[in-house]
Amino acid sequence: MANSLKINGQMLSVDAPEGTPLLWVIRDELKLTGTKFGCGVASCGACTVHIDGQPTRSCQTYIEDVADTEITTIEGAESDVARAVHQAWNELNVVQCGYCQSGQIMSAVGLLTENAKPTADEIDDYMWGNACRCATYQRIRTAVQRASDILEA
Amino acid sequence: MNTQISRRNFLKSASALAGATLVVGFDAGKAVAQSAGTSDITPFVRVAADGKVTAIIKHFECGQGTATGLSALIAEELNMPLDAVEVDFAPANAALYGNTLFGGAQGTGGSTAMADSYLKYRTAGAAAREMLITAAAEVWGVSPSDVTLKDGVLSAGDTSAPIGDLVSAAAQLDVPANPTLKDPSEFTIIGNPDTNRRDNGPKTNGTATYGMDIQLDNQIVAVLLRGPRFGGTLVSHDDSAAQDVPGYIRSAALPPQAGAGVIVYAQNTWAAFQARDSITADWDFSAAENRSSDQMKADLMAAVNTDAEFDARGTPAETAAALKGAAQVIERDFFFPFLAHGTMEPMTCVVAPSETGVTVYDGCQFPTAVLGAFAAVLQIPQEAIEVKTIYAGGTFGRRATQTADYHVEAALAFAFAGGQQPVKLVWSREDDIKGGYYRPAYAHKVRVGLDDAGQIVGWDHRIAGKPIFKGGPFDAALVHGGVDNSSVEGTRDTPYALPGMYVGLTDGKTPVPVNWWRSVGHSHTAFVMETMMDMAAEAAGQDPVEYRLGYLAGGTPDQNRMANVLRVAAERSGWTSDMAEGHSRGVAVHKSFGTFVAEVVEISGNADDGVAIENVTCVVDCGVAVTPDVVVAQMESGIGYGIGHAMRNEITFSDGEVDQFNFPDYEPLRISDIKSIETHIVPSAEAPTGVGEPSTPPSAPALANAIARTGTRVTHLPMAENGVSFA
Ligand code: FES
Ligand code: FES
Repeated sequence: MANSLKINGQMLSVDAPEGTPLLWVIRDELKLTGTKFGCGVASCGACTVHIDGQPTRSCQTYIEDVADTEITTIEGAESDVARAVHQAWNELNVVQCGYCQSGQIMSAVGLLTENAKPTADEIDDYMWGNACRCATYQRIRTAVQRASDILEA
Repeated sequence: MNTQISRRNFLKSASALAGATLVVGFDAGKAVAQSAGTSDITPFVRVAADGKVTAIIKHFECGQGTATGLSALIAEELNMPLDAVEVDFAPANAALYGNTLFGGAQGTGGSTAMADSYLKYRTAGAAAREMLITAAAEVWGVSPSDVTLKDGVLSAGDTSAPIGDLVSAAAQLDVPANPTLKDPSEFTIIGNPDTNRRDNGPKTNGTATYGMDIQLDNQIVAVLLRGPRFGGTLVSHDDSAAQDVPGYIRSAALPPQAGAGVIVYAQNTWAAFQARDSITADWDFSAAENRSSDQMKADLMAAVNTDAEFDARGTPAETAAALKGAAQVIERDFFFPFLAHGTMEPMTCVVAPSETGVTVYDGCQFPTAVLGAFAAVLQIPQEAIEVKTIYAGGTFGRRATQTADYHVEAALAFAFAGGQQPVKLVWSREDDIKGGYYRPAYAHKVRVGLDDAGQIVGWDHRIAGKPIFKGGPFDAALVHGGVDNSSVEGTRDTPYALPGMYVGLTDGKTPVPVNWWRSVGHSHTAFVMETMMDMAAEAAGQDPVEYRLGYLAGGTPDQNRMANVLRVAAERSGWTSDMAEGHSRGVAVHKSFGTFVAEVVEISGNADDGVAIENVTCVVDCGVAVTPDVVVAQMESGIGYGIGHAMRNEITFSDGEVDQFNFPDYEPLRISDIKSIETHIVPSAEAPTGVGEPSTPPSAPALANAIARTGTRVTHLPMAENGVSFA
């Protein structure tokens, strides 16, 4: 079935049966592999994309539900907030294996867009669903705060 | 094992393209001046005609910062900024890149990357520097001592030239047999806390390519329907329902010797998962693990309450005599469940046909085993196999197994598909959680005798669990007198001066495949040692730090280093200072992989009302810290890994079938679980030792010791299933 999707500002047409998770459309059909598969059951956050600006688990979002939405993946994360997050992540050497980090960054961008000055507890609450098996959490927490400072400056 | 580099490995250079490139590395036995190609030496550093310097990295990158650390060694000796050194991953070739500490097999594990490479990479870099300087001196007619090399430019007085101009002259020179290494006082990169990781860019903008991301033309996806019980075999399967799944191609039964399962092929990953779910199969469980966890645990517990199969240290009779004279005996049993590694990227491997044979795309931790597996399954020579090492989404030991399990699957999937098109083997999270190669379950039982003054007079320590190395390729090296070292490491070789110590071992027997898991045997032995030391201190009415120091006072180098990290951890954590209302602290210290780590965990709350981890203070002695920020990051990571699993993870069985399926019931550590970690690296001039694993062993016992201060001593893991609630 042909579906049209608006991803990273581009209208694209994909052929995928109803019920196909957006994650697999993005990765296998559109070859945008920055969005990762970690669990498939909405419990790790590796697959996080933005749908109309809202961080969303693409493994539990189906192709038929995103017809009239704007989807942003890590490849298209270029807002001022995204740039600040990238800079903070680099300054603090957050990444280890890196596999969870696209999802972490998409969630962090969502958080800072909603809340420019989150406290440590607010960060923990918001980022709770993004698992990092390398346990880079301490740096994630600091980097979100650093990105907030960069945006304020 | 020792970390000395064999002096029989001589420095060598090769001028690869008719003198246009300077390549310096080592050969395996004889010193040779020049060579027409690079195939007969192990290249460590390459200087191209355009002056570009490349560090050839022989260990794969799974997050532990190897690329950063090893290229820093080259940059340091060549006096150039770290960013200016390019990084290339070495192809699989054990003859060229044998890890000295792995008995010659090429692999990354046991936290050996830096220990093995510290001198080799520096020596190669220093040789390249001396050759470039000598070449400039000869061409310019000055003395080598007048030539300096900095930031890629050679200069003497008013003359200067970029290194590229002198590469072909340098490549004509003999390689210095003993190049002078930079004095540590002149280091600007090694030990610099501001050194940034090399892989920040691609890992934050989504461009880093992992196995899961490989997309080749004409590629199909393979997943495996595995038997639900380990040791079971496939009788038959029916894929008629899968025919309705769009994108499903076909399925094939695996040959019995390759394990029990069905390979399912599809055009894409989602179709493969869907098709697999709709295939039904019948299995024969007559040789399978059919027990439930309660029984498996009871069997291990029984084994530690009777005579051991093997003596690993001392004799039971001598220790029994020592315990007889004790004023009091403290006694405890321990249980550690099977654990999955849970790498963020589940296992995956892509195999594609190439002109000579096959190309394998893998986040490859153990290239030697991988080459062997593909050669054996595909019946082709190893030279026909090219392994492309790409980023790995975590390993914690999982990507290297002695049977190269998922590589064998990938090779079979490729062969059964006809060998003409690229095949990508994909594991789902369910495959990962249910798929075995676990940290083996272990039971321990310890009885410690104390005299009137609370001093230890005897220590009877019995261990039972499935050995990791016995019967495998490392058996000869790591199993002696029936004792698999991985079952007892951290006990019999403890730096504590323990009188009357007996360690006995009984092998656990189960078809469940087991594997090394971050810190291997230390993942359970440190918990037992540090719990018993804590209980002994308590029984003696002494401070846990002071009590431990009493057993580290013998003056051996190990004892001195272990005592030092413990003292510094006490200082840094404010061990003797007052705590906030309702807080408690626990301490643990352990040596593993040549590295010493002490940790103090401060909690609030208690086991009944909920424990919250407020802070972890970590002090590490890992010799020279080449890239200190990477060391700190590894400490944080290992602490999270150890504490997260100890809190709530276990793999359990019901009638032989794994109960857990995915992260919801193998719940990862979350950001809110540990509020803060402070790491301190003690200065050291010793050769660098591993940092990927050693912070894991002391983390869980330090937490348990903190919880014990609130009245609950937990010695069966995970804690959450054994009486401890977490806030
Ligand atoms: S893959 Fe979607 S949340 Fe884990
Ligand atoms: S960096 Fe490895 S899982 Fe987060």
